[in-house]
Amino acid sequence: MTIQFKPDETFREDFTYSNSDAAVLRFPFPFPEDVYMYSVNIEPHVPGGPTPAFDNPFDVDEHYVAECRERAKVLEQDPSRCKVLPHMMAAQWDTLELIMESFAASYPAHFTLTREGTNWTWENRPLGIRDSFVFGDASTLPLPPFEYITRQAQGDFTLQDQREDNLFVDGGMVTTQADWSMDFNVGMTFHQWHGPVPLAHEKGVFDRALKFLLRLQFGAPVRRLNWTMTVNPRLDTSPENYPQWGPDRTTLTADNIGAKLHLRVELQSLFRLPRSNAILFGIRCYLCSIEDLARVEVWGKRLHRVLRDLHPDIADYKGTTRYRDLAVAYLAAFDDGAALPSGTAPRQATLPPKG
Amino acid sequence: MMGQTLKLRVASAVTLAPTLKAFRFVPAEGGLVPASGPGAHLRLFLRDGDKVHRNAYSLIANPDDRSHLSIIVRRVAASKGGSAFLHEQVREGDVIEAGLPANLFPVIRTARRHFMVSGGIGLTPFLAYIAAFEAGGTPWELHHFCRPDERGVFEALLDPYAGTRVHIHSGGTLDVLDGPLSHQPLGTHVYTCGPDALMTGALERAAELGWPKARLHSESFGGAVAGGAPFIAVLRRSGIEVAVDAETGLLDAIEAAGVEAPCLCRGGACGQCLIEVADGVPEHRDHFLDHEERASNRFIMTCVSRSKTPRIVLDL
Repeated sequence: MTIQFKPDETFREDFTYSNSDAAVLRFPFPFPEDVYMYSVNIEPHVPGGPTPAFDNPFDVDEHYVAECRERAKVLEQDPSRCKVLPHMMAAQWDTLELIMESFAASYPAHFTLTREGTNWTWENRPLGIRDSFVFGDASTLPLPPFEYITRQAQGDFTLQDQREDNLFVDGGMVTTQADWSMDFNVGMTFHQWHGPVPLAHEKGVFDRALKFLLRLQFGAPVRRLNWTMTVNPRLDTSPENYPQWGPDRTTLTADNIGAKLHLRVELQSLFRLPRSNAILFGIRCYLCSIEDLARVEVWGKRLHRVLRDLHPDIADYKGTTRYRDLAVAYLAAFDDGAALPSGTAPRQATLPPKG
Repeated sequence: MMGQTLKLRVASAVTLAPTLKAFRFVPAEGGLVPASGPGAHLRLFLRDGDKVHRNAYSLIANPDDRSHLSIIVRRVAASKGGSAFLHEQVREGDVIEAGLPANLFPVIRTARRHFMVSGGIGLTPFLAYIAAFEAGGTPWELHHFCRPDERGVFEALLDPYAGTRVHIHSGGTLDVLDGPLSHQPLGTHVYTCGPDALMTGALERAAELGWPKARLHSESFGGAVAGGAPFIAVLRRSGIEVAVDAETGLLDAIEAAGVEAPCLCRGGACGQCLIEVADGVPEHRDHFLDHEERASNRFIMTCVSRSKTPRIVLDL
């Protein structure tokens, strides 16, 4: 399959990012029910799901080239967004191997991996990259292996080392994050980096999730969805850059909220890495304006109900408090209150025209 | 169910000693074997008539080029199972089935130095460890214990690393560990693999010398071993009875009977395979149920747990 990329769209300043109708319909909508609460919502990461976003280990879509360019810009301004501790070298190679193999298998029209023993050649045609190197010898690559390959992938990645019956976030490439900092979190344990999340600790969600992840097996990756909301299609909502995006929340009005407010969904995937025994955590970020989401009938109605009835602690944690009423009022117009089937599939093949 | 399986061709089968045989496997249908790391094991599914032996063996190497997988198999005395089958029946060119490599004995990547204690065939994971330490330039030391008559075999296996870091002991006592365990630099981790008595002995000595628990590691196949007393599982909703023999797990037996049962991690941790127990007493081996849930006898995690009673009735 050949993907029609949109290399020039932007995620800052003039925000020319937008979703094609097909991209809206493949959005990984996160709400199977009318009410949202934290749970260990983990399922096997096998091909297939409610939309094509779940069809491959690592999803590549029309925003691929533009997102890689945005990542390069962020790194240029702030190299601390990519941090890997020295003992994670085996995990770096694991990551490179996994992503190259997956991309080449999922998108042969765009990516090719050729191997002769440990002599590898990698071709990334959308980004115009062709490099030959020796697998396992970092001096033969232009960048350290983890940075090299995650600069060529959409979404953030972290590396978890497993020791002392715990997971330590000992590396990561984090430029498209929902307000957390790799530089701040590097080296933390599982419970430490989840410290700020409300309610879930008391429900035992993290104890159970950690217990589960410690036993994650090679060849049996898992996934879950997480979500928040972002004003403007901005990928880099980092604490480091808060002064640039924090004030965006004050710019919403009843007239512009449909186009400006975006549901931000993270398709999170977890892979046991075979050489290092570390875990690769992929955080693939999708943005869709609530105006576009409401063109999918079941999504517009459900999003209205979820936001309307959201637990105030969660609403606050996700930074929606200031504009939630405005968003609920906007979405109410799309909701006739009819009962909805559970699940997240769009249940329609085309979208009505905008506006 | 065996999960994702590999088809491997036996590229070589070499007798190292009367009880030790080295096998090298390559992909039966071309391509590459899966990647693995030091400490990983391979589960073989050996079809012997209408029986399937499921045996796990440590990989002795993790080649970067993924060209092959290698193990060494000790023939267990009076074995009627997998090790005898491998020694007597499996020949070069044969194709066998295996699971994906899994690692329950990983290297601690933050260690400054690695101190290994092995007994007999328990050396095998450390052959992979040592190769990784050599490649990464991390200091290490190995103490290997074996019978006098097998000393030559292990000396040959360790020959590439002969020198001050390899110590082979065939005197039958662990006392020789006390000196080295008392003089390890800060940041050293201790690993042990071998017969239970050796592992327990090594860990106890280290603990007495003040080593903290977090620095001590031992190989354990944990969830990879399914055994226990045989019992009958009555699947109430399916209307069938499943005989679970001593070597088969409950979930494996349910699946072999053609019944779809929920599962995910197959290690007793994720909670997906929880089934209600209508009658009988489970023998809980999972990490998921809490104390109250265990005591209630109302639930069982089918992937790792068994039955204490000859019959157990499940809501499945």
